[in-house]
Amino acid sequence: MIHSLFLINCSGDIFLEKHWKSVVSQSVCDYFFEAQEKAIDVENVPPVISTPHHYLISIYRDKIFFVSVIQTEVPPLFVIEFLHRVADTFQDYFGECSETAIKDNVVIVYELLEEMLDNGFPLATESNILKELIKPPTILRSVVNSITGSSNVGDTLPTGQLSNIPWRRAGVKYTNNEAYFDVIEEIDAIIDKSGSTVFAEIQGVIDSCIKLSGMPDLSLSFMNPRLLDDVSFHPCIRFKRWESERVLSFIPPDGNFRLISYRVSSQNLVAIPVYVKHMISFKENTSSGRFDVTIGPKQNMGKTVEGVVMTVHMPKAVLNMNLTATQGSYTFDPVTKVLTWDVGKITPQKLPNLKGMVNLQSGAPKPEENPSLNIQFKIQQLAISGLKVNRLDMYGEKYKPFKGVKYITKAGKFQVRT
Amino acid sequence: MAASPAYGEEKGGSSSLGEPEYGHDPASGGIFSSDYKRHDDLKEMLDSNKDSLKLEAMKRIVAMIARGKNASDLFPAVVKNVACKNIEVKKLVYVYLVRYAEEQQDLALLSISTFQRGLKDPNQLIRASALRVLSSIRVPIIVPIMMLAIKEAASDMSPYVRKTAAHAIPKLYSLDSDQKDQLIEVIEKLLADKTTLVAGSVVMAFEEVCPERIDLIHKNYRKLCNLLIDVEEWGQVVIINMLTRYARTQFLSPNQNESLLEENTEKAFYGSEEEDGKDAKAEAAMLAKCKPYVMDPDHRLLLRNTKPLLQSRNAAVVMAVAQLYFHLAPKAEVGVIAKALVRLLRSHSEVQYVVLQNVATMSIKRRGMFEPYLKSFYIRSTDPTQIKILKLEVLTNLANETNISTILREFQTYIRSMDKDFVAATIQAIGRCATNIGKVRDTCLNGLVQLLSNRDELVVAESVVVIKKLLQMQPAQHSEIIKHMAKLTDNIQVPMARASILWLIGEYCEHVPKIAPDVLRKMAKSFTNEEDIVKLQVINLAAKLYLTNSKQSKLLTQYVLNLAKYDQNYDIRDRARFIRQLIVPTEKSGALNKYAKKLFLAQKPAPILESSFKDRDHFQLGSLSHLLNAKAVGYQELPDWPDEAPDPSVRNVEVSLSNAHISQVPEWTKCTSREKRKEKVEKPFYSDSEGESGPTESADSEPESGSEENGSSSSSGSSSSGTEEDEEEEEDSGEQSEDKEEEEVEKRPKRKDKEGSHKAVLGSAGRYALGSSPCCLLVQLLSPAFSAVKTYELLHRMAGEGLAVEYCFSRRPFPGDPHMVAVQIQISNNTDTEVKNLRVNEPKPLSGMRIQEFPEIEHLAPGDTASVVMGIDFCDSTQAANFQLCTHTRQFYVSIQPPVGELMAPVFMSENEFKKEQGKLMGMSEITEKLMLSEKCQSDHTIVQQLTSAANVGRVPCGASNEYRFAAKTVTSGSLVLITLERREGSTAQLTINSEKMVIGTMLVKDIIQALAQ
Repeated sequence: MIHSLFLINCSGDIFLEKHWKSVVSQSVCDYFFEAQEKAIDVENVPPVISTPHHYLISIYRDKIFFVSVIQTEVPPLFVIEFLHRVADTFQDYFGECSETAIKDNVVIVYELLEEMLDNGFPLATESNILKELIKPPTILRSVVNSITGSSNVGDTLPTGQLSNIPWRRAGVKYTNNEAYFDVIEEIDAIIDKSGSTVFAEIQGVIDSCIKLSGMPDLSLSFMNPRLLDDVSFHPCIRFKRWESERVLSFIPPDGNFRLISYRVSSQNLVAIPVYVKHMISFKENTSSGRFDVTIGPKQNMGKTVEGVVMTVHMPKAVLNMNLTATQGSYTFDPVTKVLTWDVGKITPQKLPNLKGMVNLQSGAPKPEENPSLNIQFKIQQLAISGLKVNRLDMYGEKYKPFKGVKYITKAGKFQVRT
Repeated sequence: MAASPAYGEEKGGSSSLGEPEYGHDPASGGIFSSDYKRHDDLKEMLDSNKDSLKLEAMKRIVAMIARGKNASDLFPAVVKNVACKNIEVKKLVYVYLVRYAEEQQDLALLSISTFQRGLKDPNQLIRASALRVLSSIRVPIIVPIMMLAIKEAASDMSPYVRKTAAHAIPKLYSLDSDQKDQLIEVIEKLLADKTTLVAGSVVMAFEEVCPERIDLIHKNYRKLCNLLIDVEEWGQVVIINMLTRYARTQFLSPNQNESLLEENTEKAFYGSEEEDGKDAKAEAAMLAKCKPYVMDPDHRLLLRNTKPLLQSRNAAVVMAVAQLYFHLAPKAEVGVIAKALVRLLRSHSEVQYVVLQNVATMSIKRRGMFEPYLKSFYIRSTDPTQIKILKLEVLTNLANETNISTILREFQTYIRSMDKDFVAATIQAIGRCATNIGKVRDTCLNGLVQLLSNRDELVVAESVVVIKKLLQMQPAQHSEIIKHMAKLTDNIQVPMARASILWLIGEYCEHVPKIAPDVLRKMAKSFTNEEDIVKLQVINLAAKLYLTNSKQSKLLTQYVLNLAKYDQNYDIRDRARFIRQLIVPTEKSGALNKYAKKLFLAQKPAPILESSFKDRDHFQLGSLSHLLNAKAVGYQELPDWPDEAPDPSVRNVEVSLSNAHISQVPEWTKCTSREKRKEKVEKPFYSDSEGESGPTESADSEPESGSEENGSSSSSGSSSSGTEEDEEEEEDSGEQSEDKEEEEVEKRPKRKDKEGSHKAVLGSAGRYALGSSPCCLLVQLLSPAFSAVKTYELLHRMAGEGLAVEYCFSRRPFPGDPHMVAVQIQISNNTDTEVKNLRVNEPKPLSGMRIQEFPEIEHLAPGDTASVVMGIDFCDSTQAANFQLCTHTRQFYVSIQPPVGELMAPVFMSENEFKKEQGKLMGMSEITEKLMLSEKCQSDHTIVQQLTSAANVGRVPCGASNEYRFAAKTVTSGSLVLITLERREGSTAQLTINSEKMVIGTMLVKDIIQALAQ
């Protein structure tokens, strides 16, 4: 299946290679560089490239290209999903998935890759198993290791790999037993020029941080499970229980993981928490334009909208922008033509406004289209869909855990067309 | 360590392997000396006694390997440490070994003995890792050793080692393909493995080594289906893809004769109901000719067991299930995958890219499926261009009369985008919408004409090309547009657009008689500066004008042709020569000249704008080949459905009686409802069930749902209201039957691979549900359904010290649990004191059996009789249920042994259904016996009565007068039991029982013969 993996940074250096079968020469990456050149930006590099003898399947994560070499037919998503899993594992181990982090921990990276694939077929991809096999680096441990010469490799043999619950490691012990659930909902929306909603839906996830000793068996129920239209589960969840009772019943992995992700049924009207008033115009002859944007709160159920950030990809003809913000600060990058306005909290008494002049390249034709505005925001303690966790029960263990649920609503792909 | 300057040099493309190793500073001269020096110090470290030094050296070596540098000269020093005690050093040595063994084969052999020792280690993980490394060393000499090791590991106790063996198979195969036959044997053996750990890996090996040996799958098919949900996610993908191919070879297309099917079932229903002999015969003849499609239960099993995986977090699994449904499911059921696929569109952009490619292909065939999710394909300005273009493709495929106005409105926004490639694609999309949907053609055309005044030349050019195609459909009405476009020739520079305009003017020169010659004049002027495609069209235009309007254009044409004659491009020279001969009449020019006008101005069919994704579905969806639209190496063709279904019995698995022994494992994964959950916790299963208790019927053949369907269709037949209603109803009943099936799945055990310690873990996991006390059901008195009900003694008056207990089988469904046999118990108090607290105590069911006690009887006055009902799940066996009957003073050990006839419940089915089911239960599952009917049993009535009293079965209508048919289902597993009694001359008769439960079948035969021969 997966023959080799090359990690390539943005400037085109291959800084790591790993082969699971015979060695494939680095020169195969030339085809990738060729495709990369053809694509205008990194996002447009085709994920699958066919070369005379190999196929290259790549992903782009955190400024690194993960390029895998394939020789025979394999579902492309299989490889893509696996590569993302690799990137997730690096993130999990080193806190960030960056070139420096990988270079600094090259031995651990190599050990991880060795465990994750055998002959190109995924072997252990669960973070709980991997952590049993190879301990993640911590500052303390690296100090201790350098003094005592002990290693990162776990000397106990991984039992998790053998169990029926591969996602949980055995012998977990905590003094404080805690279970936290973050219900995070994101609003994806497209708002058209006139302010009416073209498309809106709510996507949610429940991220959990479970630190419970032993083998706890949890069941989480909702006040209104019918809201969830389409759900995808962590493998620990018993599907049949959900089917029949709409209860999430599971033996959790240890640590942080995504329990479910869901979509709220599209029949429910989505409350859009903010509105945007905009006036953007370009004048033909004076090579200037006006820019005036106001953001205001709307239907936020009494909660404050915070962390508001607006980013706009201005047309190429824009040279510079002279704006004044009544609140927050703005930056305009004349190279990438990206305007970012960090608004912060919205107070209904004084609506934030950004206003001023746009300087256009003289002589260039006026831009055809007004740029669309991408808005980010956050509302604490609110799940916009109205989803509510009813209760969490634990079976199988005696102690009483500390339980917590947090709700948060964010803007997902929230775009206002102007 | 990071010698990053070296990258720049390596980037040139050549392999870095052969390059010498640079020191930290290549400029310091003496490349070789520094190289040797550094490696010397590594060698020294590796030779030292300290583990920490060895570790440090190994880490540096691995870092070198990771950066693609050559460390092969260290091989002897490294390989010495293969038996090192330190586990990390050992692991890193393994990494090194696997990387370089191929290049240094002789030295690599030194390490083999270590692994051979490891293969014998008592610890399974060490055995596994030894096998893993041994098989990863690509040294041909050790092939026999590997083969031996794999064979041994394939029968290892530990499933983990067996999994590693499965992984080793493709490695060995790629090293030496001559081993294929032996490896297939190992694969065959591992395929029979019942653990989820092994399943994914062995199917992977199967796919790489012998994907054509589909026959190896037969016996394991049901097991794989049932295990699927518990296999790890990567294995799931491989198994699902393989099963898709398997199903295509083994089952019939579910969509082949849908319409026929509906018609036929309806008629068959009436036929059997009316018992109209003549009609029925005709019907039967017709049915025989085009037998209605019945989904193979195994086909259904696959669809049912993969459906939950649509909820997987792994996009590859979701895609695998989606393609399985697309290729295998009946049309009506494919829709379920749309929601899951749309969900994936929220994922990483690479995932989106692949999913959209597949959605584009699917949306051509099954447009309705994605229509509800139209808006999910709307495009954001921040999407990467390649995603935008794919979304556009999907939107175009989804466009129809009803949604076209919204889609066009959306397109209008896209046209103003800054991303010009995307705008061009949008214009193409508009063109496609306009050709496909006649209603909006004019609107689209007008919109496109407006775009002709766009500032961006690319947009204009693209519009021209699309307009040209649209105009070909109805040129007469659009001379205005052609005129407008003629004017554009002055400004527009994009060759393709210029060529398109010229072609249009030439083709429709009759509609613009005044402008055309003028355009030609202009073009003739600039001819030499034009691009080749434009020149060709100028020649075309000239020729056409010469034919229609030779007066004005004769000289111009001559001029153009002369210019073309000396053009650099030989295509153009050729064209000019050819055209001159054709249109200018000379003496030499032959008969063709007369037809020149017909040749040039023939009616040309309008081009059809098609999706590039059309017909891509001959590749298996989700595959690399589909994405590339070309066959990739190792792609296994998705076979067409067979015309005749291959023998389904190949998938039957023989059940040895010893296997049928009942084992008890608490089921912890699924429960239908709170109520059921409590009872089901101890639900037993047959350890052999994955093969033997496979599904017994399909949606169509399930008796209840079948009759429902029939009912609904008959009702719609009488009410001539409309077809929509009808369809809805049918859908409903379909869903119901699906629900039922799902319940059935639940009953089926899932985790069969518990071993030792895990069992304990799972036990504790399941136990919590037991905490709640079993709920007691208060059941009112049930009178026996038949007068002939036999009563059995549970406790004799003497033994019970005055307490007499009798029981009978009431043959009513036990309320609360359909899998229990209701036992009615009659307790009479013959003592002269009151009996208190009469209850069942300490039921000691055999493993798997469940007993639902009757509620405690508080008081039983002397001489009184109480009747209670208890439920027992006998697990379809005639083993006795033992329990204690307690009073306030005494306790009695009692047992209830059910006659085999009571382990079933009647089902009602039509004659056709009976035949159909019987057809499925031939061979092994059929038992035939001859018997003599007793004198009593000569009339129809008595025979039926005797038989129904011997077994709890329902009569099935039968056309022949000397035949009796009965049908029942076993209570626990729901397996069908079909009984046919055929009377022969005299008092002989032949009894046939069809049931996949062979034990029940044989015992039932005995019981019935006894009842009838008495």
